[in-house]
Amino acid sequence: MSIDSERYERNFDTLTRAQQARLASFRVAVLGLGGLGGGVSEMLARIGIGHLTLIDGDVFDASNLNRQLLCTEDLVGTSKAGAAEKRIQAVNSTVQVTAVHQYADSDTLYDMIKDCDLVVDCLDSIHTRFMLQAVAKKVQIPLVAGAIAGVTGQVTVIFPDDKGYELIYGKKEHLPARGIESRTGNISYCALMVAALQASECVKVLLDRGDILRNKLLIMELWSNSFEVMDLI
Amino acid sequence: MAKIQITLKLFATLVPYLPENADHFQIEQGTTVQEIIRSLQLPPDAVKLIFVNGRKQESTHELEPGDRLGLFPPVGGG
Repeated sequence: MSIDSERYERNFDTLTRAQQARLASFRVAVLGLGGLGGGVSEMLARIGIGHLTLIDGDVFDASNLNRQLLCTEDLVGTSKAGAAEKRIQAVNSTVQVTAVHQYADSDTLYDMIKDCDLVVDCLDSIHTRFMLQAVAKKVQIPLVAGAIAGVTGQVTVIFPDDKGYELIYGKKEHLPARGIESRTGNISYCALMVAALQASECVKVLLDRGDILRNKLLIMELWSNSFEVMDLI
Repeated sequence: MAKIQITLKLFATLVPYLPENADHFQIEQGTTVQEIIRSLQLPPDAVKLIFVNGRKQESTHELEPGDRLGLFPPVGGG
């Protein structure tokens, strides 16, 4: 039996064969390839999303080794987007990858994601998150957002006409660039848990299945094992 | 003024400000979230999200007996 005929055997019957086939037809963009984006990209590739656009202008540094799955010692100083492309091709060569080693701004991001069905926010700047939401609205695609600080994380889903980040962070005019993560750092297992929750929301949105975190915020805190879904409106 | 009890939950960097009796936190009827934030001496701008009984509320919200109040700081890392 070939790899490709066996590849998705363990996805069934959690997914139907028809849903598995549908996943291969979708194009998903991941913006930010650090602690969240590395995990999200790999999980989306493993479940069989057809095309991944992987965007990050950064290179690895040694402080990424504590949590970023794509970061290995030999890759310090090299492109995160390049590492993501190699990793995804090694995991699932049936996934088409567009790797973009470039920081996105409001002018360039539209072209990067305009053909996508969904975009995943794995960024580390609150200001850039608002920019991404505006571009996702322009492209008219949903956005799956995750954010972390220490062992605290949050996940939400924003559709094009939703208020989205304003409900979470307030008006963008009164924002700090970063949240409490500038004090707490980010811990590996928290990053990967939030990445897993984001991957799950991606699949649910794409397949229109399950309870989606639209206008809701899942908050988790791992010292106290707190997991709560809050209503934002 | 009558005293009521609420459950208070603080997340992440706010945890050090949690009072000992957070599960049975006693306040006066009609106390607002903002007044609780002030009484706990939380740093300015430390609270980004306020949830009462699992629903987002404003700082002017008045608490009722048995309410579950959650205060959450801004989280933006990736």
